[in-house]
Amino acid sequence: MDKRDNFFKEDVSIVLCGEAGQGIKTIELILVHVLKKSGYNVFGTKEYMSRIRGGSNSTIIRVSDKNVKSMKDKIDILIPLDSKAIEHVADRLSDNTIILGDKELLTDTKYEIIDIPLLKIAKEIGSKIYLNIVACGVVLALFNSNLDLLNEFVTEKFESKGKAIVDNNIEAAKSGFELGKALYDDSKVRIDIKRDPKIKDDYFLNGNDAVGYGALMGGCNFISSYPMSPGTGVLTFLSEHSKEMEIVVEQAEDEISAINMGIGAWYAGARALVTTSGGGFALMGEGISLSGIIETPIVVHIAQRPGPGTGLPTRTEQGDLEVALYSGHGEFPRIILAPSSIENTVKTTAEAFNLADKYQVPVIILTDQYFLDSFYNTKKLDLDIKVDDKIIKTDKDYKRYKLNASGISPRGIPGFGDGLVHVDSDEHDEYGRLTEDLDIRVKMTDKRLHKLDSIKKDIIEPVFTGNKDYETLVIGWGSTFNVINDALKEINNKKIGYLHFTQVYPISDKIKPYLDKAKNIIIIENNATAQFAKLLKIVTGVEIEHKILKYNGMHFYLEELVEKINEVAGDK
Amino acid sequence: MKNKFDISNQDIAWCPGCGNFSILEIIKKAMNELELEQENTVMVSGIGQAAKMPQYVNTNFFNGLHGRALPVATAVKVSNPKMTVIAESGEGDMYGEGGNHFIHAIRRNVNITNIVHNNMIYGLTKGQASPTTSKGMKTTLQIFGVTNEPFNPMAVAISLGASFVARAFSGDQEQTKEIIKKAILHKGYAVVDIFQPCVSFNKLNNFAWFKEHSYYLDDKYDPYDQVEAFRKSLEMEKFPLGVLYMNKERVTTFEENLIAYETNKAPLFERKRDLEKVKLSLAGMK
Ligand SMILES: Cc1ncc(C[n+]2csc(CCOP(=O)(O)OP(=O)(O)O)c2C)c(N)n1
Repeated sequence: MDKRDNFFKEDVSIVLCGEAGQGIKTIELILVHVLKKSGYNVFGTKEYMSRIRGGSNSTIIRVSDKNVKSMKDKIDILIPLDSKAIEHVADRLSDNTIILGDKELLTDTKYEIIDIPLLKIAKEIGSKIYLNIVACGVVLALFNSNLDLLNEFVTEKFESKGKAIVDNNIEAAKSGFELGKALYDDSKVRIDIKRDPKIKDDYFLNGNDAVGYGALMGGCNFISSYPMSPGTGVLTFLSEHSKEMEIVVEQAEDEISAINMGIGAWYAGARALVTTSGGGFALMGEGISLSGIIETPIVVHIAQRPGPGTGLPTRTEQGDLEVALYSGHGEFPRIILAPSSIENTVKTTAEAFNLADKYQVPVIILTDQYFLDSFYNTKKLDLDIKVDDKIIKTDKDYKRYKLNASGISPRGIPGFGDGLVHVDSDEHDEYGRLTEDLDIRVKMTDKRLHKLDSIKKDIIEPVFTGNKDYETLVIGWGSTFNVINDALKEINNKKIGYLHFTQVYPISDKIKPYLDKAKNIIIIENNATAQFAKLLKIVTGVEIEHKILKYNGMHFYLEELVEKINEVAGDK
Repeated sequence: MKNKFDISNQDIAWCPGCGNFSILEIIKKAMNELELEQENTVMVSGIGQAAKMPQYVNTNFFNGLHGRALPVATAVKVSNPKMTVIAESGEGDMYGEGGNHFIHAIRRNVNITNIVHNNMIYGLTKGQASPTTSKGMKTTLQIFGVTNEPFNPMAVAISLGASFVARAFSGDQEQTKEIIKKAILHKGYAVVDIFQPCVSFNKLNNFAWFKEHSYYLDDKYDPYDQVEAFRKSLEMEKFPLGVLYMNKERVTTFEENLIAYETNKAPLFERKRDLEKVKLSLAGMK
C-alpha cells in the first residue's frame, strides 16, 4: 500500500467496467446524478462496444473541487465487474491505481486487488444482477456520503418493476455502502473532496439533452429519422417530449425518406430536424442538394462516429466535417455548426433552426458520440433564444423565387395567404416553374450563391481565450473545446492563445490575423487528416504545421493534450 | 366549362399523343368537380415525364427528387392536415427508385392520393425497362429482352392491406376521372395505378394493347374482400380496372394517430412553441 496515494482531496477519476448487460449505464446514471446532487463537481462519460451482451463497457466518472469538463487517462479507482474488465483498461492503470474488486470474479489476475465480496453479496440478495447497485453503494461510501439520495434514485428507477425489486436494490445499495464504509474507515481509500451545496442547483445535462433542448428552443415540431448510433438519442429525446411539446415524430423507412420528409415538412410550415450519423447522412446527400435548389430549409444533426463504412459504431470521431461540407451535388450555400460545450449547445442548436429559416439553406449540426454521452454540471446555459419565424403570408401573384438584391426571397407556405407556392428541384423561374432558359439559370445560381454574403455577416465568431500576445496559437472546433480548455488551464502558459470554432462553415476572413500573428499554430482534431486545418488553409492560405490528431475512436484525454501541447509550445 | 386548375401558355414537355395529356385533363377535371381549393391543394411529384404533371396545374406544388414524392407528400399532409395532397409520378419513380417509400406509405396510411402513371417503360431517360416492363420485351438498354419478373403494384398494395387500391386506363376519361375522385375523397392512403401508353418508347403496350388487355370490374364485385381482390390482382392476361380493394379496417389515418394532433388540430405552422415551458423543463435538469 505504501506507494499508493489513496486519499483524494482534489480530483478523482473512477472507472467502473463490465460487460454489456451488467448495468454499467445504470451505474453511471445513478452515480453521476447522486454525486452532483450531493454537491460535487462531476464529469461523466462512457465508452462502449457495439453489442447488447458481453464485451467490455466502461463509465468514467471524474469528481473534482473544480468544475472540470474533461476526462483523464489515468484511472485512480477501478471497479471491475467481470474478468475481462481489467485488461480492457490495462493501459490506463498506473502504479497508483486502486482496484476494488471481487477476487471471485477476477481469477488469475496479476494485479493487486482490494478484495470486496461484491458478487457474494449480490447473490445473497437474489442474483448477480444486483452487482451494479452494490458497486454504486461502495463508491458513495468512499465519499463518506450517505444513502438517502441513492435510495431515492433507486426507488424511482425501479418503481415500475414492483416493490420486491425496489427493496432488493435498496438492500444492494446498503450492503455495498457498508463495504465501502469499511474501506473508508480503515483508511484504505478516502475521497474527501470539497463539496459545494450550490452545485446541487447547477444544470446537469449531457450533449444529447443539450441538442434536444436546443431543438425544442428552436421551435422544432417535426422530426423524421432512421435509427443510427450515436444519432438516435436526439430522436428518442424528442419522442419523449412529443406530447407536451406537440412534436410530430416519425421513424422513417430510411434516411432518404427521413430527409425528404424533413424538407416536405419545412415546405408546409413546420420546423423539422433530421438526426443521423455519417452513414445515414451519406444517404441524404441528394436531399441536401434538394434543399439547396428549392431553398427550403432543413436542419440535419450528424452525430459523428468513426467511418468509413460502418466503422466503429459506438465510438467517437470528428471525421465527417468534409462530408458535411461537400455533400450534395451542385453549387449552393450551407451552414455548418459544431456545438462546443453544454453551455453553448442549446443556443447553437436553436440558432440552427433560425438560420435555416432566415437563409433558406441546409444547416448541419455536427456533434459526436463523446460529446453526446458526456455530462457535467454547469451554472449557466446560454438561453437567450427566440424562435424567429420568417414565414410570410402570400399574395395572389406570389413568386417563391422573386429575384432581389439579397438573394433571399420571402418564403411562403401552401395554405397561408392567397398565393400558390411552387418549389422545383429542376431549375426554375421566379414562380418556381421548371425552366431551361439558360439566362434564368445563371440568375438563379447567382441568387442562391449570393445568400452566402449575408450568411457571412451573421457568423458565430470563434472564441479566443488566453493571452493576446501569444506565440503559440491552439485551434480547435466542436466537441474538443472543454478538454483543450482544461489542458490549457493546467499548462498555464502565457505564451499560448486559443481559438475555438463553433461555426465551422462558413468562417470569416477576420480570423486570418489570429493565424498570422502566431509563431506556432497547433490544430487539435479528433480525426486522422486534420479536416478543419484543410478548410482553414482554403480560407486563409495558412498551412498549419503542428497537428495533434487522434483517431482510435476515443476522445482526447486531458494528460495527452497537456503533454502534446507542451511539446510544441515549450517552456513558459 | 371553366376550370380554375387550368393554366395557359404552357410549353408542355410531353410527346404528341402521350397518355399524360389525357391524365392531365382528367385530374384537373376531377379536382374541379370535387371543388378543391387551389390554395389548399398540394401536388407532390418526383422526376420523370409523368412527374412534370404539377407544372401544368394551377395549384401548389413540390416537384422534388426522383422517387421521393411519397415522403414529401407524407410530411406535407402531416404538417398541415388541412391540405389535400396528391403524390404523382411514373412507375419507375414510384415503384423503382421509390419502392421502399411505396411499401411504407401503405403501412402508414396517411390521407393522401398516390397517382402512378404506369407506361411500363422509362420515358424521360429514353426507353429503359421499368419495374413493370413485360418479360421478354426488348428496350434501348435491355437489348436481349427483359428477364426480370414485372412488379405487381396492385398485389403488393392489397397484400399489405392498403386503404384504397385502384387501377385505371388513361384512354378512358370518364371512368378514370370517377376513380380518381373516389381516391381523393377516400380517407386514408389511396393508390391509383393508371395504364398509360408511351408513344415514343413502348411499342408493345400501346393504346390498342391496353384496351385489349383490360376490362372493368362490374357492380357485383366486392372491393372489401381482400382475398378476392388479391386474386384479381394476379390476373395478367386481362387486367381488371376499377377499385380493386378498400380496407374497412383502416379506419384511422397516420396523422390522426399522432400525439401532436391528439388535442390540438391546428396545422403545425399555426402553433407557437412556449419557450418558458421548455425552460421549465430544462430547470428540471438541475
Ligand atoms: C437519383 C436519380 N436517378 C436517376 C434519375 C434519372 N431519371 C429521371 S426520370 C427516370 C425514370 C423515368 O421513368 P418513370 O418514373 O417511369 O417516368 P416516365 O418518364 O416514364 O413518366 C430516371 C431513371 C434521376 N433523375 N435521379
